[in-house]
Amino acid sequence: MLIRRREHSHALEHEVTPERLYRDYRDFRRERRRVLAGALGFGAACALPRAFAAAGGYEDIDPGSAPDWFGQRLGDARWKAVEPGPEDRLTPFDDVTHYNNFYEFGSGKDDPARYAGGLVTEPWSVVIDGEVARPGRLALEDVIGESRLEERIYRLRCVEAWSMVIPWLGVPLADLLARVEPTSKARFVRFESLHDPEQMPGQRSRYGLIDWPYTEGLRLDEAMHPLTLLAVGLYGRSLPNQNGAPLRLVVPWKYGFKGAKSIVRISLTDTQPSTSWQSLAPNEYGFYANVNPKVDHPRWSQASERRLPSGLFRPNLIETRMFNGYADQVASLYQGMDLKADY
Amino acid sequence: MSRPGSLLRHPRLLLGFRIVVFALAIAWPLSWACRVAQGEAGPDPGRYLLLEFGIGALTLLLLVLALTPLAKLTGWPGFGLVRRQLGVWAFVYALAHFACYLLFIIGLEPALLLADLSRRPYIIVGAAALLLLGLLAATSPRAMVRRLKKRWKPLHRMVYLALALVLLHFFWIVRADLGEWGRYALIALGLMLLRWPPLARRLGGWRRASGAGTEVNRRR
Repeated sequence: MLIRRREHSHALEHEVTPERLYRDYRDFRRERRRVLAGALGFGAACALPRAFAAAGGYEDIDPGSAPDWFGQRLGDARWKAVEPGPEDRLTPFDDVTHYNNFYEFGSGKDDPARYAGGLVTEPWSVVIDGEVARPGRLALEDVIGESRLEERIYRLRCVEAWSMVIPWLGVPLADLLARVEPTSKARFVRFESLHDPEQMPGQRSRYGLIDWPYTEGLRLDEAMHPLTLLAVGLYGRSLPNQNGAPLRLVVPWKYGFKGAKSIVRISLTDTQPSTSWQSLAPNEYGFYANVNPKVDHPRWSQASERRLPSGLFRPNLIETRMFNGYADQVASLYQGMDLKADY
Repeated sequence: MSRPGSLLRHPRLLLGFRIVVFALAIAWPLSWACRVAQGEAGPDPGRYLLLEFGIGALTLLLLVLALTPLAKLTGWPGFGLVRRQLGVWAFVYALAHFACYLLFIIGLEPALLLADLSRRPYIIVGAAALLLLGLLAATSPRAMVRRLKKRWKPLHRMVYLALALVLLHFFWIVRADLGEWGRYALIALGLMLLRWPPLARRLGGWRRASGAGTEVNRRR
Protein backbone atom coordinates (compact mmCIF):
# COMPACT_ATOMS: atom_id res chain seq x y z
CA MET A 1 0.00 0.00 0.00
CA LEU A 2 1.24 3.41 -0.86
CA ILE A 3 0.61 6.00 1.83
CA ARG A 4 0.72 9.51 0.43
CA ARG A 5 1.41 12.30 2.85
CA ARG A 6 1.04 15.85 1.65
CA GLU A 7 4.31 17.71 1.90
CA HIS A 8 4.20 21.22 3.30
CA SER A 9 5.65 22.36 0.03
CA HIS A 10 2.91 20.79 -2.08
CA ALA A 11 0.23 23.36 -2.79
CA LEU A 12 -3.43 22.47 -2.89
CA GLU A 13 -5.40 23.32 -6.03
CA HIS A 14 -7.07 26.39 -4.51
CA GLU A 15 -3.76 27.77 -3.29
CA VAL A 16 -2.31 28.03 -6.76
CA THR A 17 -1.87 31.56 -8.04
CA PRO A 18 -3.67 32.12 -11.35
CA GLU A 19 -1.18 32.18 -14.19
CA ARG A 20 -2.03 35.73 -15.29
CA LEU A 21 -1.39 37.13 -11.81
CA TYR A 22 1.83 35.16 -11.59
CA ARG A 23 3.04 36.46 -14.93
CA ASP A 24 2.21 40.04 -14.02
CA TYR A 25 4.09 39.68 -10.76
CA ARG A 26 7.04 38.11 -12.52
CA ASP A 27 7.24 40.97 -14.98
CA PHE A 28 6.95 43.42 -12.10
CA ARG A 29 9.81 41.69 -10.29
CA ARG A 30 11.92 41.72 -13.42
CA GLU A 31 11.34 45.43 -13.87
CA ARG A 32 12.03 46.13 -10.21
CA ARG A 33 15.25 44.18 -10.45
CA ARG A 34 16.39 46.26 -13.40
CA VAL A 35 15.64 49.50 -11.56
CA LEU A 36 17.23 48.26 -8.34
CA ALA A 37 20.33 47.10 -10.15
CA GLY A 38 20.84 50.62 -11.44
CA ALA A 39 20.07 52.33 -8.15
CA LEU A 40 22.33 50.08 -6.16
CA GLY A 41 25.38 50.95 -8.17
CA PHE A 42 26.37 53.47 -5.52
CA GLY A 43 25.97 51.71 -2.22
CA ALA A 44 27.56 48.47 -3.28
CA ALA A 45 30.74 48.90 -1.28
CA CYS A 46 29.05 48.49 2.10
CA ALA A 47 27.02 45.54 0.84
CA LEU A 48 25.11 43.18 3.09
CA PRO A 49 23.88 39.92 1.62
CA ARG A 50 20.39 40.34 0.25
CA ALA A 51 17.92 38.34 -1.75
CA PHE A 52 17.71 38.74 -5.50
CA ALA A 53 15.31 36.78 -7.60
CA ALA A 54 17.13 34.09 -9.52
CA ALA A 55 17.56 35.26 -13.10
CA GLY A 56 18.04 33.75 -16.52
CA GLY A 57 14.70 31.99 -16.74
CA TYR A 58 14.98 30.30 -13.32
CA GLU A 59 12.31 32.41 -11.60
CA ASP A 60 11.02 29.36 -9.74
CA ILE A 61 14.35 28.75 -8.02
CA ASP A 62 14.88 29.84 -4.41
CA PRO A 63 17.05 32.93 -4.96
CA GLY A 64 18.97 32.66 -1.69
CA SER A 65 20.99 35.69 -0.70
CA ALA A 66 23.88 37.40 -2.40
CA PRO A 67 25.94 40.56 -2.05
CA ASP A 68 24.75 43.58 -4.04
CA TRP A 69 27.48 43.39 -6.66
CA PHE A 70 26.26 39.91 -7.57
CA GLY A 71 22.75 41.18 -8.16
CA GLN A 72 24.07 43.86 -10.49
CA ARG A 73 26.24 41.42 -12.39
CA LEU A 74 23.28 39.15 -13.01
CA GLY A 75 21.79 41.94 -15.09
CA ASP A 76 24.35 41.68 -17.88
CA ALA A 77 25.20 38.00 -17.52
CA ARG A 78 25.71 36.07 -20.77
CA TRP A 79 23.06 33.37 -20.48
CA LYS A 80 23.65 29.92 -21.99
CA ALA A 81 27.16 30.82 -23.11
CA VAL A 82 27.94 27.10 -23.15
CA GLU A 83 25.19 24.55 -23.64
CA PRO A 84 25.41 20.80 -23.15
CA GLY A 85 24.62 18.11 -25.69
CA PRO A 86 21.05 17.54 -26.89
CA GLU A 87 20.66 14.45 -24.69
CA ASP A 88 21.88 16.22 -21.54
CA ARG A 89 18.94 17.35 -19.45
CA LEU A 90 19.46 19.72 -16.52
CA THR A 91 19.60 17.96 -13.17
CA PRO A 92 16.85 19.53 -11.05
CA PHE A 93 17.92 22.27 -8.62
CA ASP A 94 16.79 20.22 -5.63
CA ASP A 95 19.06 17.35 -6.60
CA VAL A 96 21.99 19.62 -7.42
CA THR A 97 21.69 21.12 -3.93
CA HIS A 98 20.88 18.00 -1.89
CA TYR A 99 23.27 15.41 -3.27
CA ASN A 100 26.75 16.74 -2.65
CA ASN A 101 30.23 15.61 -1.81
CA PHE A 102 31.61 18.38 0.38
CA TYR A 103 33.49 16.50 3.05
CA GLU A 104 34.09 19.65 5.09
CA PHE A 105 30.45 19.24 6.12
CA GLY A 106 30.36 15.44 6.49
CA SER A 107 30.70 12.35 4.36
CA GLY A 108 26.97 11.76 3.71
CA LYS A 109 25.47 13.05 0.46
CA ASP A 110 22.88 15.09 2.38
CA ASP A 111 25.30 16.35 5.06
CA PRO A 112 26.34 19.47 3.11
CA ALA A 113 22.71 20.57 2.60
CA ARG A 114 22.09 19.95 6.30
CA TYR A 115 25.16 21.56 7.82
CA ALA A 116 26.44 24.19 5.36
CA GLY A 117 23.63 26.67 6.00
CA GLY A 118 25.56 28.58 8.65
CA LEU A 119 28.72 29.11 6.62
CA VAL A 120 29.52 32.82 6.51
CA THR A 121 30.43 33.75 2.93
CA GLU A 122 30.19 37.53 3.13
CA PRO A 123 32.61 39.23 3.27
CA TRP A 124 34.97 36.86 1.45
CA SER A 125 38.45 37.38 0.12
CA VAL A 126 40.96 35.30 -1.75
CA VAL A 127 44.73 35.41 -1.34
CA ILE A 128 46.64 35.37 -4.62
CA ASP A 129 50.29 34.50 -4.18
CA GLY A 130 53.27 32.59 -5.48
CA GLU A 131 54.70 33.13 -8.94
CA VAL A 132 52.67 36.22 -9.88
CA ALA A 133 53.67 39.80 -10.58
CA ARG A 134 50.67 41.14 -8.67
CA PRO A 135 50.07 39.12 -5.49
CA GLY A 136 47.61 40.29 -2.89
CA ARG A 137 44.31 39.73 -1.17
CA LEU A 138 41.28 40.29 -3.39
CA ALA A 139 37.70 40.79 -2.27
CA LEU A 140 35.44 38.29 -4.02
CA GLU A 141 34.02 41.09 -6.16
CA ASP A 142 37.52 41.87 -7.41
CA VAL A 143 38.23 38.21 -8.15
CA ILE A 144 35.43 38.48 -10.70
CA GLY A 145 36.74 41.89 -11.76
CA GLU A 146 35.38 43.34 -14.97
CA SER A 147 34.56 39.99 -16.51
CA ARG A 148 30.97 39.40 -17.50
CA LEU A 149 29.26 36.55 -15.67
CA GLU A 150 28.67 33.64 -18.01
CA GLU A 151 26.26 30.79 -17.71
CA ARG A 152 27.96 27.52 -18.61
CA ILE A 153 25.88 24.38 -18.64
CA TYR A 154 28.39 21.63 -17.96
CA ARG A 155 28.24 17.92 -17.32
CA LEU A 156 29.68 17.08 -13.90
CA ARG A 157 31.14 13.58 -13.61
CA CYS A 158 31.92 12.45 -10.08
CA VAL A 159 34.71 9.92 -9.55
CA GLU A 160 32.07 7.80 -7.79
CA ALA A 161 30.44 7.08 -11.18
CA TRP A 162 27.43 9.39 -10.98
CA SER A 163 26.91 12.56 -12.97
CA MET A 164 24.77 15.66 -13.26
CA VAL A 165 24.17 18.52 -15.68
CA ILE A 166 24.49 21.90 -13.94
CA PRO A 167 24.01 25.49 -15.17
CA TRP A 168 26.95 27.26 -13.50
CA LEU A 169 27.45 31.01 -13.35
CA GLY A 170 31.00 32.28 -13.32
CA VAL A 171 33.97 33.68 -15.17
CA PRO A 172 36.89 32.00 -16.92
CA LEU A 173 39.76 31.40 -14.51
CA ALA A 174 42.02 32.63 -17.31
CA ASP A 175 40.62 36.17 -16.84
CA LEU A 176 41.78 36.30 -13.23
CA LEU A 177 45.14 34.70 -14.00
CA ALA A 178 45.80 37.22 -16.78
CA ARG A 179 45.13 40.08 -14.37
CA VAL A 180 47.53 38.85 -11.67
CA GLU A 181 50.26 38.22 -14.28
CA PRO A 182 51.94 34.84 -13.72
CA THR A 183 55.73 35.02 -13.86
CA SER A 184 57.78 32.97 -16.30
CA LYS A 185 58.38 30.41 -13.52
CA ALA A 186 54.67 29.71 -12.96
CA ARG A 187 53.76 26.21 -14.17
CA PHE A 188 50.93 25.10 -11.87
CA VAL A 189 48.01 26.62 -9.99
CA ARG A 190 47.15 25.49 -6.49
CA PHE A 191 43.72 26.03 -4.92
CA GLU A 192 43.08 26.00 -1.21
CA SER A 193 39.66 25.70 0.41
CA LEU A 194 38.50 27.22 3.68
CA HIS A 195 39.79 25.53 6.83
CA ASP A 196 37.47 26.47 9.68
CA PRO A 197 36.47 23.58 11.97
CA GLU A 198 34.13 25.90 13.88
CA GLN A 199 31.96 26.30 10.80
CA MET A 200 32.73 23.00 9.12
CA PRO A 201 31.75 19.96 11.20
CA GLY A 202 33.42 17.50 8.83
CA GLN A 203 36.77 19.03 9.70
CA ARG A 204 36.09 18.24 13.37
CA SER A 205 35.61 14.50 12.73
CA ARG A 206 38.34 12.54 14.47
CA TYR A 207 38.07 9.69 11.98
CA GLY A 208 38.29 11.78 8.85
CA LEU A 209 41.06 10.77 6.49
CA ILE A 210 41.52 14.07 4.65
CA ASP A 211 44.29 16.36 5.79
CA TRP A 212 42.66 19.82 5.91
CA PRO A 213 42.63 22.29 4.27
CA TYR A 214 41.41 20.71 1.06
CA THR A 215 43.80 21.49 -1.77
CA GLU A 216 43.59 20.96 -5.50
CA GLY A 217 45.75 21.87 -8.46
CA LEU A 218 45.93 22.29 -12.22
CA ARG A 219 48.68 22.62 -14.73
CA LEU A 220 48.88 26.26 -15.88
CA ASP A 221 47.68 25.42 -19.41
CA GLU A 222 44.69 23.54 -17.94
CA ALA A 223 43.96 26.50 -15.69
CA MET A 224 44.14 28.89 -18.66
CA HIS A 225 41.83 26.72 -20.79
CA PRO A 226 38.65 28.60 -21.75
CA LEU A 227 36.43 25.85 -20.32
CA THR A 228 37.93 26.19 -16.83
CA LEU A 229 35.49 28.21 -14.77
CA LEU A 230 35.55 30.08 -11.47
CA ALA A 231 31.93 29.68 -10.43
CA VAL A 232 30.02 32.02 -8.13
CA GLY A 233 26.52 30.81 -8.91
CA LEU A 234 24.23 28.21 -10.41
CA TYR A 235 20.64 28.14 -11.66
CA GLY A 236 20.64 31.93 -12.06
CA ARG A 237 21.53 32.66 -8.43
CA SER A 238 24.52 32.77 -6.09
CA LEU A 239 26.13 29.45 -5.15
CA PRO A 240 24.24 27.68 -2.38
CA ASN A 241 26.64 27.04 0.51
CA GLN A 242 26.55 23.27 0.01
CA ASN A 243 27.80 23.70 -3.57
CA GLY A 244 31.00 25.47 -2.56
CA ALA A 245 29.95 29.05 -1.84
CA PRO A 246 30.99 31.64 -2.51
CA LEU A 247 33.68 30.67 -5.02
CA ARG A 248 34.53 27.30 -6.52
CA LEU A 249 36.41 25.79 -9.40
CA VAL A 250 34.66 23.88 -12.20
CA VAL A 251 36.76 21.82 -14.61
CA PRO A 252 34.19 19.90 -16.65
CA TRP A 253 36.52 17.36 -18.28
CA LYS A 254 37.91 16.22 -14.91
CA TYR A 255 36.34 14.29 -12.05
CA GLY A 256 34.30 16.48 -9.73
CA PHE A 257 36.76 16.40 -6.86
CA LYS A 258 39.15 18.61 -8.87
CA GLY A 259 36.64 21.43 -8.39
CA ALA A 260 37.86 22.96 -5.13
CA LYS A 261 35.06 24.61 -3.15
CA SER A 262 34.95 27.70 -0.90
CA ILE A 263 38.33 28.81 -2.25
CA VAL A 264 40.37 31.13 -0.01
CA ARG A 265 43.73 30.98 -1.76
CA ILE A 266 45.02 30.63 -5.30
CA SER A 267 48.79 30.17 -5.66
CA LEU A 268 50.91 29.89 -8.75
CA THR A 269 53.79 27.49 -8.30
CA ASP A 270 56.75 26.18 -10.24
CA THR A 271 56.31 22.62 -8.96
CA GLN A 272 53.29 20.33 -9.06
CA PRO A 273 51.28 20.99 -5.88
CA SER A 274 50.19 18.09 -3.71
CA THR A 275 46.43 17.64 -3.72
CA SER A 276 44.12 16.24 -1.05
CA TRP A 277 42.86 13.06 -2.69
CA GLN A 278 46.16 12.22 -4.29
CA SER A 279 47.90 12.50 -0.92
CA LEU A 280 45.22 10.34 0.69
CA ALA A 281 45.28 7.51 -1.89
CA PRO A 282 47.76 8.07 -4.73
CA ASN A 283 46.89 4.74 -6.35
CA GLU A 284 43.22 5.77 -6.61
CA TYR A 285 43.33 9.47 -7.41
CA GLY A 286 45.85 11.01 -9.75
CA PHE A 287 46.84 14.65 -10.13
CA TYR A 288 45.21 14.88 -13.55
CA ALA A 289 41.99 13.01 -12.74
CA ASN A 290 40.71 13.42 -16.30
CA VAL A 291 37.42 11.62 -16.88
CA ASN A 292 38.52 8.45 -18.64
CA PRO A 293 36.25 5.41 -19.15
CA LYS A 294 39.28 3.25 -19.94
CA VAL A 295 41.11 3.81 -16.67
CA ASP A 296 39.15 2.28 -13.80
CA HIS A 297 39.26 3.40 -10.23
CA PRO A 298 40.92 0.48 -8.38
CA ARG A 299 37.69 -0.16 -6.52
CA TRP A 300 35.09 0.38 -9.23
CA SER A 301 34.63 0.72 -12.96
CA GLN A 302 34.61 4.12 -14.66
CA ALA A 303 33.14 2.80 -17.92
CA SER A 304 29.61 3.98 -17.15
CA GLU A 305 27.85 6.45 -14.90
CA ARG A 306 24.47 7.03 -13.30
CA ARG A 307 23.12 10.26 -14.71
CA LEU A 308 21.04 11.79 -11.93
CA PRO A 309 18.18 11.78 -11.27
CA SER A 310 18.16 8.05 -11.87
CA GLY A 311 14.87 6.21 -11.39
CA LEU A 312 14.41 2.86 -9.70
CA PHE A 313 12.52 1.24 -12.53
CA ARG A 314 14.51 2.91 -15.27
CA PRO A 315 18.04 3.32 -13.91
CA ASN A 316 19.67 6.06 -15.96
CA LEU A 317 22.96 4.27 -16.70
CA ILE A 318 24.92 5.85 -19.54
CA GLU A 319 28.37 5.27 -20.97
CA THR A 320 31.08 7.57 -19.73
CA ARG A 321 32.82 9.56 -22.46
CA MET A 322 36.49 10.38 -22.77
CA PHE A 323 37.22 13.74 -21.09
CA ASN A 324 33.52 13.73 -20.11
CA GLY A 325 32.58 14.53 -23.70
CA TYR A 326 34.92 17.56 -23.97
CA ALA A 327 37.67 15.73 -25.86
CA ASP A 328 37.39 18.04 -28.91
CA GLN A 329 38.36 21.01 -26.78
CA VAL A 330 40.88 19.52 -24.35
CA ALA A 331 42.48 16.37 -25.77
CA SER A 332 45.31 18.43 -27.28
CA LEU A 333 46.44 19.39 -23.76
CA TYR A 334 47.51 15.81 -23.18
CA GLN A 335 49.11 14.95 -26.50
CA GLY A 336 51.94 12.47 -26.10
CA MET A 337 51.02 11.64 -22.53
CA ASP A 338 50.24 8.12 -21.33
CA LEU A 339 46.90 8.71 -19.61
CA LYS A 340 47.04 5.26 -18.02
CA ALA A 341 50.16 6.32 -16.13
CA ASP A 342 49.11 9.95 -15.60
CA TYR A 343 45.52 9.27 -14.54
CA MET B 1 -0.20 -11.75 42.49
CA SER B 2 0.95 -12.28 38.93
CA ARG B 3 4.32 -13.82 38.45
CA PRO B 4 6.14 -11.93 35.72
CA GLY B 5 8.54 -14.77 35.09
CA SER B 6 5.97 -17.34 34.11
CA LEU B 7 3.96 -14.79 32.18
CA LEU B 8 7.00 -13.98 30.05
CA ARG B 9 7.43 -17.66 29.27
CA HIS B 10 3.85 -18.11 28.12
CA PRO B 11 3.91 -19.88 24.71
CA ARG B 12 1.47 -17.42 23.17
CA LEU B 13 3.59 -14.49 24.23
CA LEU B 14 6.68 -16.13 22.75
CA LEU B 15 4.83 -16.82 19.51
CA GLY B 16 3.62 -13.22 19.47
CA PHE B 17 7.20 -12.00 19.91
CA ARG B 18 8.35 -14.05 16.93
CA ILE B 19 5.54 -12.63 14.81
CA VAL B 20 6.42 -9.08 15.85
CA VAL B 21 10.07 -9.63 14.90
CA PHE B 22 8.92 -11.02 11.54
CA ALA B 23 6.69 -7.99 10.93
CA LEU B 24 9.45 -5.54 11.88
CA ALA B 25 11.92 -7.20 9.54
CA ILE B 26 9.45 -6.63 6.70
CA ALA B 27 8.39 -3.14 7.81
CA TRP B 28 11.93 -1.77 7.85
CA PRO B 29 12.60 -2.14 4.09
CA LEU B 30 9.02 -1.06 3.42
CA SER B 31 9.80 2.24 5.12
CA TRP B 32 12.70 2.70 2.67
CA ALA B 33 10.41 1.89 -0.24
CA CYS B 34 7.96 4.53 1.02
CA ARG B 35 10.74 7.12 1.12
CA VAL B 36 11.68 6.26 -2.46
CA ALA B 37 8.02 6.41 -3.57
CA GLN B 38 7.63 9.85 -2.01
CA GLY B 39 10.81 11.13 -3.59
CA GLU B 40 12.53 11.64 -0.25
CA ALA B 41 15.41 9.29 -1.01
CA GLY B 42 17.15 11.76 -3.33
CA PRO B 43 18.08 11.60 -7.00
CA ASP B 44 19.85 8.23 -6.75
CA PRO B 45 17.27 5.89 -5.17
CA GLY B 46 19.08 2.79 -6.41
CA ARG B 47 22.19 3.70 -4.47
CA TYR B 48 20.04 4.69 -1.49
CA LEU B 49 18.42 1.23 -1.35
CA LEU B 50 21.79 -0.44 -1.93
CA LEU B 51 23.25 1.32 1.11
CA GLU B 52 20.19 0.80 3.32
CA PHE B 53 20.10 -2.94 2.61
CA GLY B 54 23.84 -3.22 3.18
CA ILE B 55 23.77 -1.39 6.50
CA GLY B 56 20.54 -3.23 7.35
CA ALA B 57 22.14 -6.64 6.81
CA LEU B 58 25.10 -5.69 9.00
CA THR B 59 22.76 -4.35 11.69
CA LEU B 60 20.74 -7.59 11.73
CA LEU B 61 23.94 -9.61 11.89
CA LEU B 62 25.05 -7.65 14.95
CA LEU B 63 21.57 -8.03 16.44
CA VAL B 64 21.75 -11.81 15.99
CA LEU B 65 25.06 -11.87 17.82
CA ALA B 66 23.60 -9.72 20.60
CA LEU B 67 20.80 -12.22 21.26
CA THR B 68 22.88 -14.82 23.09
CA PRO B 69 24.40 -12.34 25.56
CA LEU B 70 20.93 -10.81 26.01
CA ALA B 71 19.41 -14.22 26.75
CA LYS B 72 22.15 -14.94 29.25
CA LEU B 73 21.71 -11.58 30.89
CA THR B 74 17.93 -11.73 31.19
CA GLY B 75 17.24 -15.45 31.16
CA TRP B 76 14.34 -14.83 28.78
CA PRO B 77 13.98 -17.56 26.14
CA GLY B 78 12.35 -15.22 23.61
CA PHE B 79 15.73 -13.90 22.49
CA GLY B 80 16.98 -17.37 21.63
CA LEU B 81 13.79 -18.19 19.75
CA VAL B 82 14.23 -15.47 17.11
CA ARG B 83 17.93 -16.04 16.52
CA ARG B 84 17.67 -18.27 13.47
CA GLN B 85 14.84 -16.16 12.06
CA LEU B 86 16.88 -12.96 12.29
CA GLY B 87 19.88 -14.72 10.79
CA VAL B 88 17.80 -15.65 7.76
CA TRP B 89 16.61 -12.04 7.53
CA ALA B 90 20.22 -10.83 7.54
CA PHE B 91 20.77 -13.04 4.48
CA VAL B 92 17.61 -11.76 2.79
CA TYR B 93 18.76 -8.16 3.29
CA ALA B 94 22.23 -9.04 1.95
CA LEU B 95 20.60 -10.68 -1.07
CA ALA B 96 18.54 -7.52 -1.69
CA HIS B 97 21.76 -5.48 -1.35
CA PHE B 98 23.33 -7.67 -4.04
CA ALA B 99 20.23 -7.32 -6.26
CA CYS B 100 20.48 -3.50 -5.96
CA TYR B 101 24.12 -3.69 -7.04
CA LEU B 102 23.19 -5.84 -10.06
CA LEU B 103 20.25 -3.66 -11.09
CA PHE B 104 21.29 -0.13 -10.27
CA ILE B 105 25.09 -0.08 -10.19
CA ILE B 106 26.16 -2.36 -13.04
CA GLY B 107 22.84 -2.44 -14.93
CA LEU B 108 22.71 -6.25 -15.17
CA GLU B 109 25.83 -6.25 -17.32
CA PRO B 110 27.46 -9.72 -17.02
CA ALA B 111 30.83 -8.42 -18.26
CA LEU B 112 30.91 -5.81 -15.49
CA LEU B 113 29.99 -8.41 -12.89
CA LEU B 114 32.78 -10.71 -14.05
CA ALA B 115 35.26 -7.85 -14.10
CA ASP B 116 34.27 -6.81 -10.57
CA LEU B 117 34.39 -10.39 -9.28
CA SER B 118 37.84 -10.95 -10.70
CA ARG B 119 39.47 -7.61 -9.94
CA ARG B 120 37.90 -5.90 -6.97
CA PRO B 121 38.72 -7.20 -3.50
CA TYR B 122 35.71 -5.58 -1.80
CA ILE B 123 33.32 -7.21 -4.28
CA ILE B 124 35.01 -10.59 -3.84
CA VAL B 125 34.84 -10.34 -0.06
CA GLY B 126 31.21 -9.20 -0.24
CA ALA B 127 30.32 -12.10 -2.51
CA ALA B 128 32.03 -14.54 -0.16
CA ALA B 129 30.06 -13.15 2.78
CA LEU B 130 26.83 -13.46 0.80
CA LEU B 131 27.52 -17.10 -0.09
CA LEU B 132 28.38 -17.88 3.51
CA LEU B 133 25.21 -16.22 4.81
CA GLY B 134 23.27 -18.16 2.16
CA LEU B 135 24.74 -21.45 3.41
CA LEU B 136 23.81 -20.56 6.97
CA ALA B 137 20.30 -19.47 5.97
CA ALA B 138 19.79 -22.70 4.02
CA THR B 139 20.71 -24.74 7.09
CA SER B 140 18.55 -22.71 9.45
CA PRO B 141 15.15 -24.43 9.13
CA ARG B 142 14.38 -26.76 12.03
CA ALA B 143 14.53 -29.83 9.78
CA MET B 144 18.09 -28.95 8.75
CA VAL B 145 19.11 -28.39 12.37
CA ARG B 146 17.89 -31.89 13.18
CA ARG B 147 19.53 -33.45 10.16
CA LEU B 148 22.93 -31.91 10.77
CA LYS B 149 22.86 -32.86 14.47
CA LYS B 150 26.26 -32.25 16.00
CA ARG B 151 27.66 -30.67 12.87
CA TRP B 152 25.15 -27.80 12.99
CA LYS B 153 26.84 -25.81 15.72
CA PRO B 154 30.37 -25.75 14.28
CA LEU B 155 28.88 -24.88 10.88
CA HIS B 156 26.97 -21.96 12.29
CA ARG B 157 30.00 -20.64 14.13
CA MET B 158 30.96 -19.46 10.63
CA VAL B 159 28.69 -16.49 11.31
CA TYR B 160 31.72 -14.88 12.95
CA LEU B 161 33.66 -15.27 9.73
CA ALA B 162 30.72 -13.77 7.82
CA LEU B 163 30.70 -10.77 10.15
CA ALA B 164 34.43 -10.26 9.65
CA LEU B 165 34.01 -10.41 5.85
CA VAL B 166 31.11 -7.95 5.93
CA LEU B 167 33.14 -5.48 8.01
CA LEU B 168 36.09 -5.82 5.64
CA HIS B 169 33.78 -5.27 2.66
CA PHE B 170 32.47 -2.09 4.36
CA PHE B 171 35.98 -0.94 5.33
CA TRP B 172 37.19 -1.15 1.75
CA ILE B 173 34.54 1.18 0.37
CA VAL B 174 35.19 3.97 2.87
CA ARG B 175 36.43 7.05 1.04
CA ALA B 176 37.06 9.87 3.45
CA ASP B 177 35.73 9.19 6.95
CA LEU B 178 36.04 6.02 9.05
CA GLY B 179 33.59 7.26 11.70
CA GLU B 180 30.52 5.30 10.62
CA TRP B 181 32.45 2.12 9.95
CA GLY B 182 34.17 2.53 13.30
CA ARG B 183 30.86 2.54 15.17
CA TYR B 184 29.81 -0.79 13.66
CA ALA B 185 33.26 -2.30 14.15
CA LEU B 186 33.24 -1.23 17.81
CA ILE B 187 29.87 -2.88 18.44
CA ALA B 188 31.12 -6.05 16.73
CA LEU B 189 34.23 -6.00 18.90
CA GLY B 190 32.09 -5.58 22.03
CA LEU B 191 29.88 -8.52 21.07
CA MET B 192 32.93 -10.69 20.46
CA LEU B 193 34.37 -9.71 23.85
CA LEU B 194 31.15 -10.88 25.53
CA ARG B 195 31.92 -14.34 24.12
CA TRP B 196 35.31 -14.44 25.77
CA PRO B 197 34.83 -17.28 28.32
CA PRO B 198 35.68 -15.36 31.53
CA LEU B 199 33.26 -12.59 30.53
CA ALA B 200 30.62 -14.94 29.17
CA ARG B 201 30.53 -16.88 32.46
CA ARG B 202 30.17 -13.71 34.45
CA LEU B 203 27.23 -12.65 32.27
CA GLY B 204 25.13 -15.63 33.37
CA GLY B 205 26.44 -15.48 36.92
CA TRP B 206 25.47 -11.85 37.23
CA ARG B 207 21.81 -12.60 36.62
CA ARG B 208 21.75 -15.51 39.06
CA ALA B 209 23.50 -13.46 41.71
CA SER B 210 21.04 -10.60 41.33
CA GLY B 211 18.29 -13.15 41.93
CA ALA B 212 15.97 -11.42 39.54
CA GLY B 213 13.46 -12.73 37.05
CA THR B 214 12.64 -16.12 35.76
CA GLU B 215 15.36 -18.23 37.27
CA VAL B 216 14.01 -17.55 40.75
CA ASN B 217 10.51 -18.50 39.75
CA ARG B 218 11.63 -21.75 38.29
CA ARG B 219 13.45 -22.74 41.43
CA ARG B 220 10.29 -22.33 43.43
